[in-house]
Amino acid sequence: MKIVVCISKAPDTTSKIAFKENNTQFDEAGIQFIINPYDEWYALVRALELKEANGGNVTVLNVGGAENDPIIRKALAIGADDAARIDAPTNDALFIAKQIAAYLKSNPADLVFFGKETIDYNGSQVGGMVSALLDLPYVSLASKLELNGTTAMLEREIEGGIELIETSLPFVLSAAKGMAEARIPNMRGIMAARTKPLNIVPAFEASNATEIKSFTLPPAKTGCKYVDADNVDELVNLLRNEAKAI
Amino acid sequence: MSVLIYTDTSNGAFTKNAFEAANYGSLVAKNEGTSATAIVIGEAKDISILGTYGITKVLHFNEALLTNFDPQKVAQIIIEAAKKISATTIILAHDYSGKAVAPILAAKLDVGLVTGAVALPEGNTVKKTVFSGKAFATIEIKTPTKIITVLPNAVEKQTFSETLSTEAFSCEIPSTRLTVKEVKKASNELSLTEADIVVSAGRGLKGPENWGMIEELAKELGAATACSRPVADIGWRPHHEHVGQTGLAIRPNLYIAIGISGAIQHLAGVNGSKVIVVINTDAEAPFFKAADYGIVGDAFEVVPKLIQAVKKLKA
Ligand SMILES: Cc1cc2nc3c(=O)[nH]c(=O)nc-3n(C[C@H](O)[C@H](O)[C@H](O)COP(=O)(O)OP(=O)(O)OC[C@H]3O[C@@H](n4cnc5c(N)ncnc54)[C@H](O)[C@@H]3O)c2cc1C
Repeated sequence: MKIVVCISKAPDTTSKIAFKENNTQFDEAGIQFIINPYDEWYALVRALELKEANGGNVTVLNVGGAENDPIIRKALAIGADDAARIDAPTNDALFIAKQIAAYLKSNPADLVFFGKETIDYNGSQVGGMVSALLDLPYVSLASKLELNGTTAMLEREIEGGIELIETSLPFVLSAAKGMAEARIPNMRGIMAARTKPLNIVPAFEASNATEIKSFTLPPAKTGCKYVDADNVDELVNLLRNEAKAI
Repeated sequence: MSVLIYTDTSNGAFTKNAFEAANYGSLVAKNEGTSATAIVIGEAKDISILGTYGITKVLHFNEALLTNFDPQKVAQIIIEAAKKISATTIILAHDYSGKAVAPILAAKLDVGLVTGAVALPEGNTVKKTVFSGKAFATIEIKTPTKIITVLPNAVEKQTFSETLSTEAFSCEIPSTRLTVKEVKKASNELSLTEADIVVSAGRGLKGPENWGMIEELAKELGAATACSRPVADIGWRPHHEHVGQTGLAIRPNLYIAIGISGAIQHLAGVNGSKVIVVINTDAEAPFFKAADYGIVGDAFEVVPKLIQAVKKLKA
């Protein structure tokens, strides 16, 4: 069984977000980059668990430049067998999806995993796009996956509940909380990661469908209005008559 | 040129997010001087209500086959409907269905998609949340057709009084390998992502046995309940209540945070709320910086009083 886990680079969750070049670019100064948490904690770890139970191979796939190699090595340290990086810019989801689909057409996989979204652009796009480009079933925001031969049972998050889904290999999913528990790489994994293959794949010809024009920060709150703990009626009054929220 | 809106249903009734999408799509149509058509899939009660959200025409794909949600099939129906009305803008809610379907649509049509819009498009640009609510990006869609998914509360609800025409619609749908075996929903619980008011509590509550007052306050306000991540991780509350950067992102009208410190990862999931109330013993808790109203005080004293005050208001 061949599993491909697509991972993205993302700024650490504690990052203070700032922009440069007249608010047209994310300011990466002082930012620590990590594997996007959904890709790492849920997609990658579930893939490794399935490999441990059923045998097979887990490849991590990333689109981006050489600056992404440290997070790819971390995924290898956590336990992926090998990696491929498609050497292409990452400015548009459809462009990225076309890179991944082109790779998967020449390197077919039984399972293709994504995280449910990245914590920087919050797109929730690439997984679904890849499924469409390859005409494969897509299970978005999957919180559970069990395999029985080539049949898969999944849980998918929906408003106020879950859906139980059955499909068969090959298919594409985006992973949400519940799928697995995060793993910390151990020393052996870190050592082994250094010699695991990381193949650099040339970019596939495609154009961008979207372009980021500018960034803005949310307006700062005008300040908190404090109400005395002994005067809770006043809070209710403000919420009703000033904020019109209840 | 026209606008097509996917209005999703649950158990035959339109979802709140479907109405938000319809309202948004109608305003896009108005700005572009064109009309708003909704595509409805499967059984749907009271289709005419969409007129009050500005929809003038409904294409109704009513086949039992599609009571089960499969994004590949739904995308194909939307593509055919878009062709029929020459849609140049397709609108979906940024909810569980929209997140599944929109990327498939974009790839199949080879067009630009912006997910999580928080404002109406200006020309070909759309504003969306990025960095989990810590910032916004304005994104240009470079293809003639555009697809947008909309967050709750992106635009004010307008009142329309359009009369609707409904037309039966059908098209070929692909056979797929995916089946929905069962849908499990907590029946009378208000869904967290759709609630107007959310009462949320954190580690400051000390233990799961103290959530009675949180639930009572929520009940009095007609609110859904949420929690911080550590509270879900230690099992005081179910995982589906966890909000924040790695849990649910929510945008209610009112978010009441009780005994939550306001860590950056928590704020990321809730700072899209219109009004934020913070109740915390620590006057230095970072959450107060993101709050509109605050009470520095002990939850065990303040919350019971708040319940009484709300009861009094309603009486
Ligand atoms: C990668 C990553 C992702 C994360 N994602 C999330 C996420 O999605 N969501 C999330 O919530 N967290 C997330 N966290 C955790 C986050 O950093 C905080 O640790 C967490 O939000 C703190 O939860 P809390 O406020 O309930 O608890 P604490 O930080 O322990 O705060 C408890 C608060 O309660 C107050 N308090 C105590 N007693 C009382 C009382 N009697 N009455 C009133 N107030 C009282 C205290 O003053 C304090 O402010 C993440 C962390 C990491 C590293």
